[in-house]
Amino acid sequence: MRCKIPVILLACGSFNPITNMHLRLFEVARNHLHQTGMYQVIEGIISPVNDNYGKKDLAAAKHRVSMVRLALQTSSWIRVDQWESEQKEWIETVKVLRHHYSELLRKEATNFKAGSEIPTEDIATPAYTAAPELKLLCGADILKTFQTPNLWKDEHIQEIVEKFGLVCVSRAGHDFQQYISESAILTRYQHNIHLVKNVVQSDLSATYVRQALYQGQSVKYLLPDSVISYIKDHDLYREEGK
Amino acid sequence: MGQFAAKLFSKKSSSSTVACIDSSMENLDNRKEVVLLACGSFNPITIMHLRLFELAKDYMNETGQYNVIKGIISPVGDAYKKKGLISAQHRIKMAELATQSSKWLEVDTWESCSKDWLETAKVLSYHQQRLEAENFDSSTVSPPSPILPGGKRKRIDDTDAGEPKPSAPPKKGPPELKLLCGADFLESFAVPNLWKPEDIATIVAKYGLVCITRSGNNTKKFIYESDVLWKHRSNIHLVNEWITNDVSSTKIRRALRRGQSVRYLVPEAVQQYIEKYNLYSTESEDNNAGSILAPFLKNK
Repeated sequence: MRCKIPVILLACGSFNPITNMHLRLFEVARNHLHQTGMYQVIEGIISPVNDNYGKKDLAAAKHRVSMVRLALQTSSWIRVDQWESEQKEWIETVKVLRHHYSELLRKEATNFKAGSEIPTEDIATPAYTAAPELKLLCGADILKTFQTPNLWKDEHIQEIVEKFGLVCVSRAGHDFQQYISESAILTRYQHNIHLVKNVVQSDLSATYVRQALYQGQSVKYLLPDSVISYIKDHDLYREEGK
Repeated sequence: MGQFAAKLFSKKSSSSTVACIDSSMENLDNRKEVVLLACGSFNPITIMHLRLFELAKDYMNETGQYNVIKGIISPVGDAYKKKGLISAQHRIKMAELATQSSKWLEVDTWESCSKDWLETAKVLSYHQQRLEAENFDSSTVSPPSPILPGGKRKRIDDTDAGEPKPSAPPKKGPPELKLLCGADFLESFAVPNLWKPEDIATIVAKYGLVCITRSGNNTKKFIYESDVLWKHRSNIHLVNEWITNDVSSTKIRRALRRGQSVRYLVPEAVQQYIEKYNLYSTESEDNNAGSILAPFLKNK
């Protein structure tokens, strides 16, 4: 049996609020990686951004984290992580990746230690002999933001695509092949950028959901019921422009 | 509370803000009650179907003239003979699972229980009669006697001379029944032999359509190019779907055949049901292969 590379998908973002589209990204990415035959996606992590990111209308991190947690109650493989949101300041994405990667290695080391009594021939299964990889999961719109001057440091972009890897899901109106060809760094590491075509196109965004909420319109079926209830109970997204 | 209060804070133009203030104090009884009926295969039901209802309700209620009180999902019967159609029993169950968390949507099985395929106009007619019958029943039954503290019902003839009697509510007509659909449904009116011209006329003249469309201009053009639709255009409510939500049942079935996840495209309970019974395979997609769609047979 061919050795499959274990992969953890990490998504960073505002999740303001989390929507079914965010959740779909994980499903679509996992499907894609599995169907290459080379990967086994073992975990998904949602890391909501720190409040100090300063984006307009950003609800408090504790709410955004709670909403993600509610949305993931029925997921067997995706979890929410608060580390990024609990830091004193906003942190660059590459640092979040580094943190989660070192956590990943730490856990591997613990597991290895625990199993060290058992002879390696008995525990070795092909699926687990490859080193796990941590990849940044994002939409094609993020790839475009790499081009925005001063938004990302070049050395960070390089580290993200060289050391970790991207799984980038298509979005209507974004041509990711073009974004790659327009960037020397992305072109060089394109073997580490997985472009996933999202067959079920959706313009659904958290921005749209917030707009609908401000206007008193229904958002049912765009995000999990439990998240809608939370928004109502905590009076979130009532007024625009805070 | 949410809908009207949120409108008071919204940055809309002053005229619509005034209208919103009016509607928040308005008695909903002054509005025409509406029931939305959606017919279709629901093979399977998806979040897109459910969103059509939400968008339609918001739109109709926001005009200030309507109060949408109920949504009915009526899956088509097996006799429709569409390729890939799985048994009505499963499609109904999935629709029920999908609507269990909804306060105003329900699934109706009358259409699917019929041995023969039924024209949409017949389904509308059935539901119209039901609404009229319910309306008749509710207006002839006297209001229930008030319950006193201690739980005893006050007998109607025990009237206290000093107490004013509650006045009976004015008799309301039955709610208006409207067909909810997407633009592709409307445009199917142009497919030869699919619809009887008299049925199209009945649907738009007697009932009315609430049509959710992504490309309002194309749909308007389609209406303009049809004499019967143009004549009853005031009875065709076009609702813009600003966000593309490309979740078609066809794509869901294709994804399932290819072992791909459909989570978050269909409600959780529906996804689990599909998985449990392993619905939608290459074999099921071949159901009715070679059969002629029922309306074509009937309208020959």
